[in-house]
Amino acid sequence: MNERQQSLEDLQHIKKMMERSSRFISLSGLSGISAGLCALIGALVAKPYVYGQKDPIIDETAVIILAIAKDYRIVFYSYLFWIAIATFIAAFVTAFFFTYLKSKKEETPIWSNTSKRLMINVSIPIVVGGLFLFRMIQFETFGLIAPGCLIFYGLALVNASKYTLVEIRYLGFIQIALGLINLWFVGYGLYFWAADFGIMHILYGTYMWNKYERKESNA
Amino acid sequence: MLNPINNLNKLFDSRVRLGIMSALMVNSEVNFNDLKMLLEITDGNLASHLKALEENKIIKVEKGFIGRKTNTTYAITKNGEKEFKLHIAALEKMIKSTK
Repeated sequence: MNERQQSLEDLQHIKKMMERSSRFISLSGLSGISAGLCALIGALVAKPYVYGQKDPIIDETAVIILAIAKDYRIVFYSYLFWIAIATFIAAFVTAFFFTYLKSKKEETPIWSNTSKRLMINVSIPIVVGGLFLFRMIQFETFGLIAPGCLIFYGLALVNASKYTLVEIRYLGFIQIALGLINLWFVGYGLYFWAADFGIMHILYGTYMWNKYERKESNA
Repeated sequence: MLNPINNLNKLFDSRVRLGIMSALMVNSEVNFNDLKMLLEITDGNLASHLKALEENKIIKVEKGFIGRKTNTTYAITKNGEKEFKLHIAALEKMIKSTK
């Protein structure tokens, strides 16, 4: 090996080590696709409840009592609340699964300094947004829930992009933009939700998988 | 310390040391276990490289505790940062000059 080649490989090694030690790069494109599919299924299941074909309330009497008492537990009596929870859990578990597989394959630990940093920085906007939206539910401003989810989630992704693959930043910007537009089309929250969480995630995941993983799995 | 032929620093003449320096350039501090996982080498091997870098004042060591377990963290020194940047510049120069 000549000196030039040696230098080139040294520089590539430095770049790789800098990235591996500061960013969590095992995030799989398939995670994006699976989370997007869960969101789409969730939106389909939720649709008849949102647009009045099905009664979203689980127990009429309980809801009336809780409404009079102004008790926050009223949300537990909405089918939509449970659909949202189930969708979130399904999306999280499947997304985690594919990223776990990728980290195994690359032999990078899933619970490392970089993944911890990523989790913390994603959590900040998510937790703040969650509390904010919870209060909005209590004030019964339901129309702002969907755009609120999109905006806070988008902020979380933009924040996350410093600690993982940078492309996630653009997914974040798209989420924020659609969330903001949704603020002026309040009745269409579910459609924005399906387009943003569902279709955008699938597009992003497919792009990322194509860019980083397809070559490897064929090699 | 500088190799007269190509200005490359002999101290960074190993993949492990390049890896250590890269990690310390982009993180304010890194502990022993994270370095070990990053570089995928044995304790002894890593420790000897860290010792050499420390003795040359390229990196500094801080011994602390997390609960009862020892937690040794490493950080780059001002001098180390300067030397490593020179080394990278020398590598880049070499690629350009021998085209």
